[in-house]
Amino acid sequence: MSHDTTTEGTDTASEGADTISRRRLRWERRLAALRNWAGILKADRLGQIGIAILAFFLFVGIFARPITVEFGSAWFQIQPFSLAPHESSARVADESLAPPSREHPLGTTSLGRDVYSQVIIGTRVTLIVGTIAAFMAVFIGANVGIISAYYGGWTEDILMRITDVVYGVPFLPFAIALVFILGASLVNVIAAIVLILWRGTARVVRSQVLSHKQRPYVESARAIGASDFRIMYVQIMPNVLPLITLYAAFAVAWAVIAEASLSFLGLGPPGMISWGEIIYDARSAGALREAWWWVFPAGVCIMLFVMSVFFIGRSLEKVVNPDLRHTQ
Amino acid sequence: MGLREYVIRRVFQLILTLWTLVTLLFILFRMVPGDPTSRFVMDYPSDAERQARIEELGLNEPLYIQYIEYMGQLLQGEFGDSAHYRQPVSEIIFPLFLNTIVLMFTALIIAYTVGILFGAAMGWFRGSRFERVGIIATLVARASPEFWIGIILVWIFVFQLGLFPRSGIGGYGGELTMNFVDRYINFDFLRHLILPALTGAIVYLATPALLMRNTMLEVLKADFVEIKQAEGLPERTVLYKHAARNSILPLVTVAAIATGAAMGGSVIIETVFNWPGVGREMVASVSRNDYPVAMAAFLLMGTSVIVMNFVADILYLYLDPRVKYE
Repeated sequence: MSHDTTTEGTDTASEGADTISRRRLRWERRLAALRNWAGILKADRLGQIGIAILAFFLFVGIFARPITVEFGSAWFQIQPFSLAPHESSARVADESLAPPSREHPLGTTSLGRDVYSQVIIGTRVTLIVGTIAAFMAVFIGANVGIISAYYGGWTEDILMRITDVVYGVPFLPFAIALVFILGASLVNVIAAIVLILWRGTARVVRSQVLSHKQRPYVESARAIGASDFRIMYVQIMPNVLPLITLYAAFAVAWAVIAEASLSFLGLGPPGMISWGEIIYDARSAGALREAWWWVFPAGVCIMLFVMSVFFIGRSLEKVVNPDLRHTQ
Repeated sequence: MGLREYVIRRVFQLILTLWTLVTLLFILFRMVPGDPTSRFVMDYPSDAERQARIEELGLNEPLYIQYIEYMGQLLQGEFGDSAHYRQPVSEIIFPLFLNTIVLMFTALIIAYTVGILFGAAMGWFRGSRFERVGIIATLVARASPEFWIGIILVWIFVFQLGLFPRSGIGGYGGELTMNFVDRYINFDFLRHLILPALTGAIVYLATPALLMRNTMLEVLKADFVEIKQAEGLPERTVLYKHAARNSILPLVTVAAIATGAAMGGSVIIETVFNWPGVGREMVASVSRNDYPVAMAAFLLMGTSVIVMNFVADILYLYLDPRVKYE
């Protein structure tokens, strides 16, 4: 700060410039972090493959079917393209369980539906559940972690005991029970996943914040008179953000696997075809043996999607933990 | 805080967690929209009989009395009666739980043996092609949901090669009444066990393999490894006898936690292979509204998770003297 200025006018002016430069400094720091990751990514083949696969699925998910928005009787098409040739539940062939042909690249189901379209449209549920559930879980987990570590005392006791209890709940059985009791819907599936998934982030973020709390920069921020909120979210949070991002990547993976597993049990969101549900349909139709074209594409898609997230997570891990950088 | 005090505190925490789980379960299964009694008391020929059954089960009482009775029952090891099987839940659920334990233990033993050896080798040959392919392979296995691995195995070994039975546990229908030896020690059972156990093994392999590799990288920096190499011991001896042994410690606690989680994670594998265990029974009983069975299955799975987490904490204390009690 420049305190050598004499007149009030120049003082506020220079302070204004000071805040601008500080903001710029912060942005530059963020940019540097991003560049850091980009630098690591340049040498990390798996991370590149992961991003490419994820981008591909994102593209497919957005352009799977036209997206329309309705306002009463009026409707707008915000996305007119359609990669999937048919609706997922449209009966397009008289012949059921037809093997792949030119007309139906991945064959048809026992009800004469086009598997190729179903797989493309199924990308959407995966993307929706993966992003929303992971974001919510990490949001809750990070806040629980930061608040409990920062305040300590009974706040920490209560929050961490709750985390312990959640650690005692088996993930999938809980999700099954909750979805079954409340009814299968997109919201309930996401809720069931979020209610369990936040626990990992909470514990890890807490232990990181505990170590940051002791550091001089927090002390000096407190000495200046910064509020608790400011110290937690402006001072400490950026330092644990890489870790939170890493856990977000893994949360996406677990959320997608959980959704696929629920759908495989027939508890997926109704009216929305998903990869897990395609396999559930094939299994309930008793077609696992003969109709490989019905089962395999969806399974491969789940595997590729989760794999891409893992690959990205691994390269993020190198940002969080520089020791890993030299070990491939 | 001393060791003894820590353990006592941890035991109290265990009890508190179990109590919370039980309460959570009670709330969860009474969150059912509509008339909750319809979920517990199913088709009875007349209204009077149905009413009598409701009163017999105490479902007409206020919730807090139901809660107290439910807790009392649990403390006596009773889970109530199953509407579907028309017999006490405990008689049905424990043999099923044993099936789950046998399946998941086999899977975990394979996963941890192979995973530890494989992970140690990956750490030893760091930077090599073997390590890179190994990591990708573990990540691919990790990225596949259980049902997908199960379906691939079924497709290869049952549909194409015809080597193993598709599903079930073998035996002649009377499997639940047979004693332990007759039930599990026979060739037919083994044939049924291989595919589901292999599925579990592939799913659980990634954690020990990756963790073992990471700790190996740490241990390999230590001086004693170099000394052993300088002594002229064969590479294999240094790798498995000296380096790997010292990397195994963190895996013990992880294995304990994984065992608990596996009891709850068996749902999908059991469903794919129609394995008569608690997981499959839970899915089945929830869908046929047989709530006492579903609650008991859930409770058994949750209890294994909590108890094994506790075991992991205590093991960690005894194995690593450097740990400070929190």
